[in-house]
Amino acid sequence: MSSNTLVTPDHIANPIPVETRGRVKKRHTGTHLLLIALAVMWLIPLLWTLYTALRPKAETDKYGYFSVGGVYNFDNFSNAWAQAGLGTYFVNSVIITVPTVLLTLLFASMMAFAVSRFSWRFNITLLIMFTAGNLLPPQVLAAPLFSMFKFIPLPLSISDSGNFLNTYYSVIMVNTAFQIGFCTFVLSNYMKALPQELTEAALVDGAGVWKQYYTIVMPLCRPALAALATLEVIFIYNEFFWPLLFIQSGSRLPITTGIKNLQGQFFSDYNLIAAGATFTIIPTLIIYLLLQRHFVAGLTLGASKG
Amino acid sequence: MSTQVASPAAPASAKQPARRRGGGSHKLSKGDKGVLAVMVGIPTLIQLVLVWIPLVLSIALSFTRWNALALSDIKSAGLSNYDFVLNNYPPFWPAVEHNILWLLFLAVVATPLGLFLAVLLDQNIRGSRIYQSVFFTPVMLSLPLVAIIWQLMYARNEGLINNVLGTANGPNAIDWFGDSSINLWAALIAATWRHAGYIMVLYLAGLKGIDPSLREAAAIDGASSSQTFFRVVFPSMRPINIVVIVITIIEALRAFDIVYVINRGTNGLELIGALVVQNLVGEGQVIGVGSALAVMLLVVSLVPITFYLARTFRRED
Repeated sequence: MSSNTLVTPDHIANPIPVETRGRVKKRHTGTHLLLIALAVMWLIPLLWTLYTALRPKAETDKYGYFSVGGVYNFDNFSNAWAQAGLGTYFVNSVIITVPTVLLTLLFASMMAFAVSRFSWRFNITLLIMFTAGNLLPPQVLAAPLFSMFKFIPLPLSISDSGNFLNTYYSVIMVNTAFQIGFCTFVLSNYMKALPQELTEAALVDGAGVWKQYYTIVMPLCRPALAALATLEVIFIYNEFFWPLLFIQSGSRLPITTGIKNLQGQFFSDYNLIAAGATFTIIPTLIIYLLLQRHFVAGLTLGASKG
Repeated sequence: MSTQVASPAAPASAKQPARRRGGGSHKLSKGDKGVLAVMVGIPTLIQLVLVWIPLVLSIALSFTRWNALALSDIKSAGLSNYDFVLNNYPPFWPAVEHNILWLLFLAVVATPLGLFLAVLLDQNIRGSRIYQSVFFTPVMLSLPLVAIIWQLMYARNEGLINNVLGTANGPNAIDWFGDSSINLWAALIAATWRHAGYIMVLYLAGLKGIDPSLREAAAIDGASSSQTFFRVVFPSMRPINIVVIVITIIEALRAFDIVYVINRGTNGLELIGALVVQNLVGEGQVIGVGSALAVMLLVVSLVPITFYLARTFRRED
C-alpha cells in the first residue's frame, strides 16, 4: 500500500491488522485480559461523569456519590442548560468554528497549491515558516496579539468594545492564522503527490492558474480536505486559549472556554458540572461517530501537529 | 499517504518533479502571475501579521515595562524583566521544574504507554477496533474538559477515587488537585489519559506501514518477538518516532490548559505557560514580565521545532 501515493483516508483510517500479513493466528488471552483492564480504566472517568450527571444532587447528598439507588433523571441537564446558558456557548462555538475552518482550508489550499505545483524562489522558505508558526506555543504570541487587538480601533457598529477585544473576529483570525500553517503543510504534501501531467495538460489547453486550482487540484484533494475539515472542527471546538485571552464577556464565550465558568459558578454542585461536561462531549462524539475515519486519517496525516 | 506525510523524509521525494516544474513557469501569463501572487500573498500576510510580527513584538516587549493601559506608557526596561523573573519571581523555578517533570512523565510513561497500546492492538486480535475506540475517545476531548472530568474523579468527598479508597468524607480524604505535594502527579495522570491515545493512533499507522517481509525475515533468522520489535520494527519506524518525540516535547512545553482549569497554575501546579497568562490577564497586567517568560518559552521551543524542520525539509532546499 505504501507504493500507492494516492491512498485515501479510508485506507489510513483502519489501522487494523489484516490477515494478509501472514502472521499465525494465536490465542491472545493474556493480551485480552490486559486490554480489558486498561479499557475499563480508560472508560471509568467518562462513565463516572455520566453517572454523576444522571443523579439529582438531593439523591447523592442522601446516599453519597458512590452509591446505587434513588432517582435517576435528566434534571441536571436541563438545569445546566438553563442556568449556565450552555445554549449560548454552543451557538458561539458554531459562530467561531465554521468560519475558522472554512477560511483555514481556503487559504491553506491556495498556499499549498502555489508552493507545490509551481517552483519559485521562496516557496520552501515560506513553507518552513508556515510549518514553524504552527508549532509555536501560543503563549509566546499572547501579549502582542492582545495589545494589537486592544489598540486597533474598530467602528462601534462592528464591535461594541471599539476594538478587536471581546469580538468573535479576534478568535477567528488568530485561530485561522495558527491553523493555516499545519493545513498548508499537509495539503502541499498531498498535492505534490498528484501527477504533474494533470495540470500540465490543463496548461496546454489554456486553463489559467485559478482554473487548475479550482477544477483540477481541489477535487482531487477531497479526501485530504475531508480529513482536515473534520480534524479542524474538533481542534477549533476544543480550543481554549484564544477565547480565554480575547473574550471577556461571558455571553460570547464558546463552550470549551465557557465550561470553565460553569465550574466556577457551580463549584460545589458536581452533578451539574458533570451534566455540563457531558453536554460538551456530545458534539465531538457525534462528529467522531459519523466521521471517525476522516478524523483518524487527519491525525495521522498531520503527524506533524504539536 | 499516512507514512508519507508523517514522515519527515517524504517531501524530499517531491524534489525531482519540482525541478521539472520550473520549466513550465515561464509560460505563465501576467494574469496568472497575479492570481498566484494573491494566492500566496493573502495567507502569507495573515501569517506575517498574526504570527511573525507578534513574535518579534513579544521579544521587544520583554525589554519594556508596561501595564497595557496606553501605548505611550511603554518604557524601556533593559534586562530588568529577565533579572526579576530569574531572581525575584518565586513561581519561576518551580514552574521550570514542573515543565521538566511534565516532559519526563510524558516521555517515560505516557508516550511509551501509547506505543505499548499500539503494539498490543496491532496483533491479530478480536475486538481491536473497539479497544482502539475506547483508548482514542479522550483524544477528542479538550484539555479543559479532561481537567473537569478528572476533577469529578479526584474530588475529596464527591470523587470516585476517595470513595473507592474509603477516605471520602473523612479527615484522610486526599485532595488530589489541591494538595501541592501530589497535584502535579494527579494532573499528569489526567494528561496521560489523553496523550497515550494520541500516540497510539500515530504508532498504529506506523506499524501498519511496515513491510511484513521485514518481520518474516527476522522470524526466519530466529529472532524472538521482542527482538523483532526492538531491533527491526521500532527502528524502521524512525520517521514516526521523530514526529512522536517532537510532539511529546512540544506538548510538555505548551502544557497549560489542565492546570489553568484546576487552579490557574498555582499551588504546586506552576507551569511556564500558565505564568505567562497570569501576567497578561487580570488586574495587575505586567506585560514585560509575561513577555520575558514567553521569550524563554520560545527559546526552549525552538530546539524541537528546529530539529523537526531540519529533518523535514533537509533534502528539499
